[in-house]
Amino acid sequence: MKILVCISKTPDTTAKIAFTDNNTKFDSNSVQWIINPNDEYYALVRAIELKEADPSVVIHLVTVGAADADAIIRKALALGGDEAIRVNTESQDSYSIASQIAAVAKENGYDLIFSGKETIDYNGASVGGMVAELLDLPYISLATKFELNGTAATVTREIEGGEEVCEVSLPVVVSCNKGMAEQRIPNMRGIMAARTKPLKVVEPVAADPLTSITAFSLPPVKGGVKLIDPDNVAELVHLLRNEARVI
Amino acid sequence: MCVLTFIDIAEDGSVKKSSLEALTYGAQLAKQSGIETQAVAIAPVTEELSALGKYGVTKIYQVNNEALKHFDAQVYTKVMAAVAEQSGATVIVFSNNANGKALAPRLSARLKAGLVAGAVALPNITNGFTVKKSVFSGKAFADVSIHTPVKIISLQPNAFKTEAGEGTAEIVAFSATADVPKITVTHINKQSGEVPLAEAEIVVSGGRGLKGPENWGILEDLAKELHAALACSRPVADAHWRPHNEHVGQTGGAIAPNLYIAVGISGAIQHLAGVNRSKVIVVINKDPEAPFFKAADYGIVGDLFDVVPKLTEALKAG
Repeated sequence: MKILVCISKTPDTTAKIAFTDNNTKFDSNSVQWIINPNDEYYALVRAIELKEADPSVVIHLVTVGAADADAIIRKALALGGDEAIRVNTESQDSYSIASQIAAVAKENGYDLIFSGKETIDYNGASVGGMVAELLDLPYISLATKFELNGTAATVTREIEGGEEVCEVSLPVVVSCNKGMAEQRIPNMRGIMAARTKPLKVVEPVAADPLTSITAFSLPPVKGGVKLIDPDNVAELVHLLRNEARVI
Repeated sequence: MCVLTFIDIAEDGSVKKSSLEALTYGAQLAKQSGIETQAVAIAPVTEELSALGKYGVTKIYQVNNEALKHFDAQVYTKVMAAVAEQSGATVIVFSNNANGKALAPRLSARLKAGLVAGAVALPNITNGFTVKKSVFSGKAFADVSIHTPVKIISLQPNAFKTEAGEGTAEIVAFSATADVPKITVTHINKQSGEVPLAEAEIVVSGGRGLKGPENWGILEDLAKELHAALACSRPVADAHWRPHNEHVGQTGGAIAPNLYIAVGISGAIQHLAGVNRSKVIVVINKDPEAPFFKAADYGIVGDLFDVVPKLTEALKAG
């Protein structure tokens, strides 16, 4: 059983979001980079749990990015996984990233490909689905539970107002959502082991992006809170009805 | 040339509200470009499809195939590609809901058609084709330019108001040779009568201030009075006080209701990221220094165990 986990580098969840170059580029000055939480907490940790249940499982991590992504991929290896692959190209749109990951997957062959449900920076939620299409594999998005039964899996996915349970034969691509696993903190042994785990750098295949960002903007600032006396909640109801007109 | 909108159908055969938004969006986009709006329904539907004409769609391709009863992104993508080809679609619109998130990326890769996932406004077509979407989990917006001849947009739920007028759509049967789905849906767990969180216009959300899962009754009463969906903060979901699907924030769901009522939530930046596209935010917290008040429209500094039941009563009183 071989599992590929897609890892993306994103700004820390508390990072201040600002832009440069006339609002066309993300200002990465003084930004701390982390493993995209959805990739880490849900996709990677679930893959590690599967390996803990069956030590013959092999986990590869893949990321698309320049050498500055190495620190993140080592951090991921400290949590678990056997080796990492970095496709040596700047990450652009979802399609170009998915094309690189699909090329790695074709080369190595995996039974299972996990991604996070979305990255917390560009919120595309698209790479997993695109990889699945490029490999002509089934795809289950927003999975909250994943149980392996031999060469098949039982997967629960989120739908509007509930969940759907499905059966699928491997290989399959799954995007992982909260519920799949719980966040882990890497231990010293893992951190030491990660230093010597293989990190293979491969050159990209030709894949032009289909989209590009032309400008960024920040949401309008709120006008300030209107405080209501806790002993006069009827006033809040009145304001919501007649001023905000939302109830 | 036309705009083609995917009609997402719920398990009970009804058209999802998020699809009505997508249909309205598709119709306005088509009007903007001076072309026709068409749509496609793949799953079995119990509603009268032609009535969807009131949202501006003129022709609906209806696929009737027992193999397509349950959603399977791989199989649905091939059907969508076939309909897109026959209709000559230049823009394809989805809702960025659970099924849209599986289908739109696949179709994008299949057709090599650029995708903007999570659009919040109509495209700007004055110079190229640029669509605004939410990025950094609600902390910013990006204008994304699509470079390919066929374009795919998935519309963020609750970002665009449905608008109904007059009209009837022509229904055209579309016979699709569908592959056998590789995914078998064994069951669906859905609590009937509950408002789906992603589609809810009003959301009542609880945080650690509630002190324990046994205290959720007061929020449930308030939500019931407002026909609202329930949500929660990350610590609440992590402590298993509430199910994971109610978690909103950077690593949970992002929502954009008309009204978000935050009860006992301090308002960490990660939580705000998931809810700051809400039109109106009400914060109830005993700590006047809670950062959430800075992002709120209305606030009550007070004991939630006292304020929330009073609020429910005040709503009942009319």
